[in-house]
Amino acid sequence: MSKNSNLKVFLNGFINENPTFVLILGMCPTLATTSSAINGLSMGLATTFVLLGSNLVISLLKNIIPDNVRIPAYVVVIATFVSVVEMSMQAYLPALYDSLGIFIPLIVVNCIVLGRAEAFAAKNTVLKSSLDGLGMGLGFSMALTMLGTIREILGTGKAFGLTLFPDKYGMLIFVLAPGAFIALGYLIAVMSKLKKA
Amino acid sequence: MTYILIFISAVFVNNIVLSQFLGICPFLGVSKKIETALGMSGAVAFVMTLATLITYIIQKTILEPFNIGFLQTLTFILIIAALVQLVEIILKKSSPALYQALGVFLPLITTNCTILGVAIMVIQKDMNLIESVVFAISTAVGFGLALVLFAGIREQLGMTRLPKGIDGTPISLITAGLLAMAFMGFAGIVK
Repeated sequence: MSKNSNLKVFLNGFINENPTFVLILGMCPTLATTSSAINGLSMGLATTFVLLGSNLVISLLKNIIPDNVRIPAYVVVIATFVSVVEMSMQAYLPALYDSLGIFIPLIVVNCIVLGRAEAFAAKNTVLKSSLDGLGMGLGFSMALTMLGTIREILGTGKAFGLTLFPDKYGMLIFVLAPGAFIALGYLIAVMSKLKKA
Repeated sequence: MTYILIFISAVFVNNIVLSQFLGICPFLGVSKKIETALGMSGAVAFVMTLATLITYIIQKTILEPFNIGFLQTLTFILIIAALVQLVEIILKKSSPALYQALGVFLPLITTNCTILGVAIMVIQKDMNLIESVVFAISTAVGFGLALVLFAGIREQLGMTRLPKGIDGTPISLITAGLLAMAFMGFAGIVK
């Protein structure tokens, strides 16, 4: 029973409450960093790490943090993990750090992270909160990778850098800003249709 | 001249919402009516200008001399959160009318990524103090422009019959995409 409900918490983030397709949270990085599949995946994994860390720490501290100052306290925890990601990425993956740019520090204000801290980690056990963070993060990564792959294929004829067709047949607009909005719009429509079916 | 270029660039060419993808949450969330869109833009303009000014000064006088630049993200987000609270308290006491207009939007602004985004951007772009403030104001104007335009379109959209599947978020995103495409026409005005 308990094993089952843990699994349910973990899988929640993938389909039923997918942060991108269902909750429509964290749209800024979703649109901005998905110009290629690799960028989308890396952004997703960076966010997953922050989500896991912040959910874990906040659920450990939930009885110590006074209710009145809980939001600033959560923000400090989140900002700490974001700085960890930011500095390690700058040190070990400088090329990726440059292409994701300002969106790494902006994970702090990603509504998913604070939203899960407030809605889930503040009320649940450490194990469940970690699973929730991991599931939500991976669901987010999945969505970003899907969107990144679609945009990369349509825009440049490549998927994860592998050429599928020559890029002169690609529609450049999908790599640029308007394509991000349009591709995400259709993707959400398709996902909500599939979910109902 | 530099200031005019910064203004045009931030409002039209590199519009914060439509080409930089910052502040999408309020862009989709509070753009159902032109009136609320205007209120939100006002609140953002107010906080963004103040926040950029203060974080810039903190960066130059505290973080850089003491070589603690790695605390930037943490410091900035705390300053912004505190500032939003402060603005809310001051407005409530001193100008109830303005508070009535902007009050609801203020708490939402802490998690509005445009504020933190602009504060970090001016540091990355190595602007001076006046340029930073001009950039913050222009960005806020660009945000307001996108928000109000989008709200106008959505008011019309509300009266249209749509296929069930794309009603709601999908059609909003597709509309935003077309609006972004229109804004691409400004590309090249400023280098």
